Amino acid sequence: MENIQQQFVEIFGIEWGSMLFSLASNVTFIFAIVIPLLLGVAYLTFAERKIIAYMQIRVGPNRVTFFGIPWLRGWGQPIADAVKAIMKEIIIPTGANKLLFILAPVLTIMPALAAWAVIPFSPELVLADINAGLLYILAMTSMGIYGIIIAGWASNSKYAFLGAMRSAAQVVSYELAMGFALVCVLMMSRSLNLGDIVNGQQGNSLLNWYLIPLFPMFLVYLISGIAETNRAPFDVAEGESEIVAGFHVDYSGMAFTVFFLAEYSNMILVATLTSIMFLGGWLPPVDMEPFTWIPGFIWLLLKIAFILFFFLWFRATFPRYRYDQIMRLGWKVFIPITLIWIVLLGLIMQLPESIRNSFPLNIWF
Amino acid sequence: MNFQDILFYIFSTILVASALGVITVRNPVYSALLLVLAFVTCAGLWLMLEAEFLAIALVLVYVGAVMVLFLFVVMMLDINLDRLREGFWKWFPFGAVIALIMVAEISMVLVGKYFGLEEMPTPRPQDADYSNTRELGRLIYTEYVYAFELAAVLLLVAMVTAIALTLRHREDKRSPNPSKQVKVRKEDRIRMVSMPSEKKE
Repeated sequence: MENIQQQFVEIFGIEWGSMLFSLASNVTFIFAIVIPLLLGVAYLTFAERKIIAYMQIRVGPNRVTFFGIPWLRGWGQPIADAVKAIMKEIIIPTGANKLLFILAPVLTIMPALAAWAVIPFSPELVLADINAGLLYILAMTSMGIYGIIIAGWASNSKYAFLGAMRSAAQVVSYELAMGFALVCVLMMSRSLNLGDIVNGQQGNSLLNWYLIPLFPMFLVYLISGIAETNRAPFDVAEGESEIVAGFHVDYSGMAFTVFFLAEYSNMILVATLTSIMFLGGWLPPVDMEPFTWIPGFIWLLLKIAFILFFFLWFRATFPRYRYDQIMRLGWKVFIPITLIWIVLLGLIMQLPESIRNSFPLNIWF
Repeated sequence: MNFQDILFYIFSTILVASALGVITVRNPVYSALLLVLAFVTCAGLWLMLEAEFLAIALVLVYVGAVMVLFLFVVMMLDINLDRLREGFWKWFPFGAVIALIMVAEISMVLVGKYFGLEEMPTPRPQDADYSNTRELGRLIYTEYVYAFELAAVLLLVAMVTAIALTLRHREDKRSPNPSKQVKVRKEDRIRMVSMPSEKKE
């Protein structure tokens, strides 16, 4: 790394050289995040189809082999799907607003990928180690709704517009509960930096993770995350039994695939954030010999996979919520719970140290 | 010119262009989206002034929530542009005078002795572990706590008022009321009648 930086400085001069070097290294790092992420999205769709198939006593995709290896039946399916999507024509409806119709998928995928900039994969491995990481994540995920609204409007279709309206109302209302749940996390960790949040959960075992003292917030965050990503059982935005496919009903080919990619990368993002904020990120469950041999990155991946399994499990298990029930859950159940928890947490944190230390079995405050 | 100056000029060009676009484009949806672009570039400028909390809060609040609702309303309205353009020249002198007064006021503030370039130099670059958010929170909750609480109460009053103004109970609406439904008892609905059995003729 240092040698390359030296060469940049020699070619472009001291100021521009270091600037261009950081630009080049950042772009490399971005590709190192985005390409595995897109592969993860591809194989998450495969995992979803397989897992739901087994839950419903079916086999799932088993035709396309991976480079002809016979025991990887079905593993080529995501690649075949991607090739098919690229080959298909993008049809633009006659009455559609062309510019916004094309812009909408771009606006959806942009925040879904940009939010990954501040995610710490291990103590050292983070693209942008900024102080306000948590705020940045909230800002980015709140921008994802534009693509959906614009897609619904630009399609010039009633179904698409209905789906966009449902989605917008749902995302805006669950964002509040999500934000309040995260306020609890940052009260515990006293920092907005995601790396510091993970370090705040360091201890002897998984009992130190924020999962235990903030268990209701964990549930609120996970369920709001599912609602934010418009996944079943909160997928009224694309409820196929009522409004065909919701906001992306008029999209085809790669334009549709970009929406699909954004939805699944948002799912992985929510799973990653849940792992970082409640399940100790890269920390091993028990700080002992056999567990610490495994690198932190693998622990984070395992936790992400665990949460993602919940996403798929919920989809296979629960029937779709009715729309007014979704709104009721968001506004009348989650927001009061989070508000009460914030006040409670603040009271506990403001107690004199002698009283806090006298709590039995207290390791968190 | 160094890298930061170039960034500043790029951001300001986009900001001015999109702000002009907001008031000149014909399609109201485009103008709402251009306003979003103006907010985001403005947040970029604030980031360059090391006000990262304010910059991200701008994106979070205005772009993430306020403008979503704005766009929502604009999309649902069927706006007749010709009717909006009626009387443009009639009101033009009035608007021009107001615009001139505003420009004069802003330049008085910016050029004057309180906010001039000498009084407000470029902020000193801070260390990596300096948290803008923490400093802002400390100031808000210690020195400016009364002003902050007053602003919060004002917002709360505005919110309650908005809800009170729009909350109407419609009498003709037919919808199930769960709290009434669970309160129903069988005595209210069913009357048990004991009848003497009748013989078939």
